[in-house]
Amino acid sequence: MLRYTLLRLLGAIPTLLLVIVLAFLMVHAAPGGPFDDERALPAEVAEKIEEAYHLDEPLPQQFMRYLSGLVRGDLGPSYGYRDRTVDEVIGFGFPVSLQLGALAMLLALVVGVGCGTVAALRQDSLLDRAVMAFAMTGISIPVFVVAPVLVLLLAVKLQWLPAGWSGETGAARYFLPVITLALPQIAYIARLTRASMIDVLSSDFIRTARAQGLGTKAIIRHHALKPAMLPVLSYMGPAIAAILTGSVVVEEVFGIPGLGQFFVRAALNRDYTLVLGIVIFYAALIILLNLIVDILYGVIDPRVRQR
Amino acid sequence: MSLLEVTELSVRYGEETVVDDLSFSVNSGESVGIVGESGSGKSQTALALLGLLPRNANLSGSIRLDGNELAGKSDEELDRVRARRIAMVFQDPAQALNPYLRVGRQLRQILLQHRLASGKAADVRVIDMLQRVGLPDPVRQFRAFPHELSGGMRQRVMIASALIAEPDLLVADEPTTALDVTVQAQILDLLETLRDSTALLLITHDLAIVAGRCERLLIFDAGKLIESGATTAVFSSPQMPKTKQLLAAAARLDTGPIPAPVSGETLLDIERLTVSYGKAAAQRLQAVTDVSLSLRTAETLAIVGESGSGKSSLVRALLGLVPPQSGAVVYAGSQLAGSLQARLSGQRRDLQLVFQDPVAALNPQMRVQKIVAEPLQVHERGLSSAKRRERVAAMLAKAGLDKSFLDRYPHQLSGGQAQRVGIARALILGPRILICDEAVAALDGSTREQVLELLKNLQRESGLSIIFISHDLAVVRSMSHRVAVMYLGRLLEVADNASLFSTPRHPYTKALLDAVPVPDPRRALQAPPLGGEAPSMLSPPRGCVFHPRCAYAKARCSEQRPELREFAGVRVACHRADEISLNARY
Amino acid sequence: MKKSGAILLAILLLAIVGPWLSPNDYLTTNFDGILKPPGLSGAHLFGTDDLGRDLFVRTMLGIRVTLLVAVVASLVSLVIGVTYGAVAGYVGGRVDAVMMRFVDTLYALPFIFLVILLMVAFERNFLLIFVAIGAINWLDMARIVRGQTISLREREFVDAARLVGVSTAGIIFRHIAPNLLGIVVVYVTLTIPQAILVESFLSFLGLGIQEPQTSLGALVDAGVNQMEGASWTLLIPATLLALILLCFNFLGDALRDFFDARRAP
Repeated sequence: MLRYTLLRLLGAIPTLLLVIVLAFLMVHAAPGGPFDDERALPAEVAEKIEEAYHLDEPLPQQFMRYLSGLVRGDLGPSYGYRDRTVDEVIGFGFPVSLQLGALAMLLALVVGVGCGTVAALRQDSLLDRAVMAFAMTGISIPVFVVAPVLVLLLAVKLQWLPAGWSGETGAARYFLPVITLALPQIAYIARLTRASMIDVLSSDFIRTARAQGLGTKAIIRHHALKPAMLPVLSYMGPAIAAILTGSVVVEEVFGIPGLGQFFVRAALNRDYTLVLGIVIFYAALIILLNLIVDILYGVIDPRVRQR
Repeated sequence: MSLLEVTELSVRYGEETVVDDLSFSVNSGESVGIVGESGSGKSQTALALLGLLPRNANLSGSIRLDGNELAGKSDEELDRVRARRIAMVFQDPAQALNPYLRVGRQLRQILLQHRLASGKAADVRVIDMLQRVGLPDPVRQFRAFPHELSGGMRQRVMIASALIAEPDLLVADEPTTALDVTVQAQILDLLETLRDSTALLLITHDLAIVAGRCERLLIFDAGKLIESGATTAVFSSPQMPKTKQLLAAAARLDTGPIPAPVSGETLLDIERLTVSYGKAAAQRLQAVTDVSLSLRTAETLAIVGESGSGKSSLVRALLGLVPPQSGAVVYAGSQLAGSLQARLSGQRRDLQLVFQDPVAALNPQMRVQKIVAEPLQVHERGLSSAKRRERVAAMLAKAGLDKSFLDRYPHQLSGGQAQRVGIARALILGPRILICDEAVAALDGSTREQVLELLKNLQRESGLSIIFISHDLAVVRSMSHRVAVMYLGRLLEVADNASLFSTPRHPYTKALLDAVPVPDPRRALQAPPLGGEAPSMLSPPRGCVFHPRCAYAKARCSEQRPELREFAGVRVACHRADEISLNARY
Repeated sequence: MKKSGAILLAILLLAIVGPWLSPNDYLTTNFDGILKPPGLSGAHLFGTDDLGRDLFVRTMLGIRVTLLVAVVASLVSLVIGVTYGAVAGYVGGRVDAVMMRFVDTLYALPFIFLVILLMVAFERNFLLIFVAIGAINWLDMARIVRGQTISLREREFVDAARLVGVSTAGIIFRHIAPNLLGIVVVYVTLTIPQAILVESFLSFLGLGIQEPQTSLGALVDAGVNQMEGASWTLLIPATLLALILLCFNFLGDALRDFFDARRAP
């Protein structure tokens, strides 16, 4: 198990390096910069700025400088927010995004696995059909459609819930963003759970367990849940990426000062250091979470561990 | 009163009736055999007893246990009967055990569920049960996952799980079909000794298995019970034609003609062939080691061995599908290249193969006509399409299929029909050597006979040489002129058919022959089965590969590897071949 | 399956023919008639936007652009994915290990963010959108095709073909490719909605299709800004987008069931 974990850990390093190189190159190959808008900058001022941000150095040197900062956890200054470092922006925005994302993921897992299991146990019943129709709708309607429509309906028309974030303090402000973020994941996880649960329940070893008189509850708990959760576990990687992507939209629509919003603003303002920093931060996060998923997979499936 | 009383039981799926108006009973402590071909409804009956039929099944009639009705009861009510009163052993232990749970936990759960023991006491009882089914080191195996055990060990665990709650009736559905013949004998003996006062319902397609083990027999055909009675009576005076047919199909090692040896010229020579997989030395798996064999014109040479004996790897190397590590294959005087691509077109067309799984060997997207015509398209390009169609139809006719099969897809064929298509494809180029790799293993009794007959006829007509790979000794006996016995990648004995079956020279050959069940209630049980299981190919034993399981092994056998040598007209790899005398059971 | 296909076909036809039949075009602004509600009586079936442009024509144009981007992107991912997966699967061994290690690495990338980076760094052009979306979606296809190729390559009928002397090309084209077809069709059908999602996501953020061109995502984005007074500007494109995605997903599911049923004996 330890060997398996270490191997996975080692495997993650080249991935992270690749992201850093790709993102760095992309940013530096891009035409134009954040200071282009401030037209007709005096030559010496432009030089000063270039010097301050080390833009006058050759690319490999800039990269090494960036990398050595990265190792120390320093993502450099932000071009856009001139009095802040990238670290500070991430430190400010990420906790908000993390709260939303974690809540959405939790909700998606609980509701998705629950609905999927119930649907599988009552296969082809009315309930099953209803859950599956809902799930199909859920995966088909994008977050950026759900978010405004929910706002329009529940906040603007019915006025049950706050439409925005700023100015609100209670738990109510979490409601719409979290639901919006979780909805497609609930749908996807429910479909996945149902399919894999049906698959597992029709396997020979479940028939053996039934022949042993274990009863439905014990069969699900002791025999079926673990293997049925494997596809859901594999989906956690893409789900995390999808929730991060979704958070960009949700934060935009609800006006939440999270990392996603900073990212979009930075992208639109050509704040390259911030964009670069956030991309690398997100990449590291996704790689880390994928790593955890991989290790959990090894914990559940004894056959994977030995490979 | 009988323990189990089944009356007018029927199982239907929609319009289709798979069990039809079935009535029988089982007394306490009695052992009853249910025998029938696949699709005869025997497994459906077993599942019905425990209420395990799929939801779309329609059950009618009555199943009484000690007078209490089970049919139509809810799962909750049946759960009190399952394992505790009626337990079940399934066919394939690799599928029937949960791969994600440790063996001990799977057994423990049964005790907890039925409140038979808890805590430490449950663990102790599980370990005791594992010990009783013959698991070496049961304390350690308690924590093993199923995939860490061999097939035979898994089936022992399965039996332990069925007996741990001390049921009154044990239903065993083809419990040994997935196992090697020497292991099969062990498992059947284990069932017999452990069941004690538990009644046994043994379900099988093989009459030989029930011959010495069941007091009464029920013969199934197409969902109906067609004959029942005491085992001896059914064997000595079968009433129904189907029963007679089953008896005839239960091939035996003691009757029937043996093909006489042929004395043609040597057509194919295998010289010290070694096949291995894996590049790194530490992980190299030597599947075939130093095998030398020859095949004569119009001869059938059988290669027998259990799983892991290397017989399939040998075939793949012969055909050029795997390049051998060393050694040579000489065909008609010239050495064949190791890889198929490097062989001459004429050499390729002269060696053809018939596969084990007849349906998997046919491309599901192609019609029969196209499948059989493909070799012609490659080797006889000049042929017009009308001419080609004619040749295909003629070949199919030879293989026993009429023109209506030309436009079918593989999934529209039965197993026997698919195998005939496979044979037609292999023979359409007129090869001189046909290799049959377990070619009838997937076929039922009567279909198997027909395909074997077809092969014999084709050989008689065209002087075809056949290499016949099989684990089924009865089939080998009726088909082949000579037999080679393989174990852990090595040849242990090569002999004429008659001499191998009457006076085996290698202890392993003898053990193999002994393990084959005899379809005769008076002579079924004699020799104790071979103990243990074949070791892993990755770490073959030093010295003679068979010595750890051999009853005749001496110190020398564990140190020095015996060469294959001539002895009394056969070739045998045993140090003690001239010291020991082995006699077949017959 | 038939229903979803029919709806998709109807939407496609409408998107092609609609603007041609309408008296309006997608460019003309009319500041006297901004945010007109939809109605059968007026000249604007779907109403107008905040610049007074006809929303029917713009929505139809949006559908065209969205579908075009999605189909082209899916074809890009189809070509890359099938070739990559088939080569890795058929060649096998070390080549396969290296190729799939690379795919695994790409999988762990926060692609959508890199794409955003790409869209920001380089001018937002159509071509780039195709490439970017295709680059995301080929990974799944490659994995699936590789898995399928490996299992086909090990199947006995492929050995049978080799033994009767069929060439490698013959095996790939006659025996492997036809058996891959089903699964490829299914995954292309399921890739299209994925591509639509990415394109409309980018357009929604203002990083995709640029004014005065439009796509369903861009229309939803514009609609969000007007939704409090003119909800139709959001609801019409949002409904159509959801409907198209739903139909593709249903179609993909149905096709998968169809091919699964055929593969079973």
